[in-house]
Amino acid sequence: MFLKDYITDVFNGVSSLLKGMRKTGYYFTHGKEIITEQYPDNRATLKLADRFKGEVVMPHDENNEHTCTGCTACELACPNGTIKIITKFDITPEGKKKKAIDAFIYRLEMCTLCNLCITACPSDAIKMSANFEHSVFDRSKLTKVLNKPGSKIKEGIE
Amino acid sequence: MYNQTDIIKDTTNLGPEGELVVNMGPQHPATHGVLHLVVTLNGETIKKIEPHLGYIHRSIEKMCESLTYRQFIYVTSRMDYLSSHINNTACALLVEKGMQIEVPERAKFVRTILNELTRIASHELWIGAMAMDLGAFTPFFYAFREREMITDIMEDTCGARLTMNYIVPGGLMYDIHPEFQTKVKAFIKQFKEKVTEYEDLVTGNIIFQSRTKGVGVLSAEDAISYGCSGPVARASGVSCDIRKIAPYDAYDRVEFDEIIETEGDSFSRYLVRVKEMNQSIRIIEQLIDNIPEGEFVGKTKNVLKLNKGEFYQRVETARGELGVYIVSEGATTPHRIKFRSPGFSNLSVLDHIAKGSKIGDLMATMGTLDLVIPDIDR
Repeated sequence: MFLKDYITDVFNGVSSLLKGMRKTGYYFTHGKEIITEQYPDNRATLKLADRFKGEVVMPHDENNEHTCTGCTACELACPNGTIKIITKFDITPEGKKKKAIDAFIYRLEMCTLCNLCITACPSDAIKMSANFEHSVFDRSKLTKVLNKPGSKIKEGIE
Repeated sequence: MYNQTDIIKDTTNLGPEGELVVNMGPQHPATHGVLHLVVTLNGETIKKIEPHLGYIHRSIEKMCESLTYRQFIYVTSRMDYLSSHINNTACALLVEKGMQIEVPERAKFVRTILNELTRIASHELWIGAMAMDLGAFTPFFYAFREREMITDIMEDTCGARLTMNYIVPGGLMYDIHPEFQTKVKAFIKQFKEKVTEYEDLVTGNIIFQSRTKGVGVLSAEDAISYGCSGPVARASGVSCDIRKIAPYDAYDRVEFDEIIETEGDSFSRYLVRVKEMNQSIRIIEQLIDNIPEGEFVGKTKNVLKLNKGEFYQRVETARGELGVYIVSEGATTPHRIKFRSPGFSNLSVLDHIAKGSKIGDLMATMGTLDLVIPDIDR
């Protein structure tokens, strides 16, 4: 009986290995079914999902205007202290003081891309962009000022 | 401070004659993370295993005490990063329980589908990684092919591939992607075709079988007394599926079987996970066409404040039972938060089941326990 078990074991073992090898051989001869992304070479055609969370950006329109009122809702919503908003007071033509942002400081190295600032923003001033290649040689380059120089708030946004 | 030669000269701490102490990890490639195992050997036989933890301790529980109830959810993605959706769901459910927030039906259905997709993705990665531990390199790529489809779905809907942070107290952060349903259906179709390849490559393989059958046997009594949960306990014949015992979200509306094997060895732990993936597919199939229309997030206040008291919520992650416990003083941040992670209890059983076996079997035993180290350490 022992010999019989032994021989069946050997035959079952060989057949199970061949079964696996058949699968491997199938993909060896059917190269088109293999899907691999050639990442650094396919940069031109690389398309990421439109909701991909890469970094926080502040969209500006053609008149260099944004919609950030400096309400600091995003600063309060951020769990890591990634965002720091410095406000100033603009003088309107009527001579009134109006609150506006001086600098929207965003520290990418501290950001966990949790999207809480985007959902907190009442005026849709910031959004997530799909740029994911963040490596730089110096850490200080990751601290960004999101509002462009000379930009101002769009008319009618309170 | 010792230098290298002093340690070699120091003979006072040597064990009894013939014992050898081997340090596995913290950077051993087969330990899936920074887990440090001090293995005491007699020849090739294991006499004792001491897991040393703390290499990836980030004090998540203490961190959460300074974060508000919206903010602390994102941190839990970093605990068991392979089932981050399920961790987030547990926290969201707890806040909803503490504040009596109504969750819309649509959010419940989507949460359940995403949780099951996460479970499949986690088991896929586990199959690949464990087969690689046992020396089979190619199943890793087969498993990652299907997992890639899930991460693509996650990327479309949640915007991230691993740490999604898509679930908020009250529902979802934003609505599902318009192509979500078609993509999930395409995934189900491909998964059903390709799952037989794992059977051919791994399950039936004679080398795999002889390395896992009868290795690391855990009895049902020990599984209960060590507090094991999830596939580890179910492979020993313990019924412990939280989705069945205390259904949350839409689990009370779907039909699925709780997979229970009785052998308790590494091979049955493998079988439980493979069969669980098919059950997850069954759950998704029942829900995907019936996602109700309507709101995706319920009405919540701007500032969330839990009622005074203690709250506990448990969910079934891919590794077992995750419990979240919050003591609230009525403020905007939790007074005390505690996570009962499945990995910690499952690791504690390793010394018990690997004792007396050979060091080569330790890889199979540890692989089938499915340890995720950030989940153990937090």
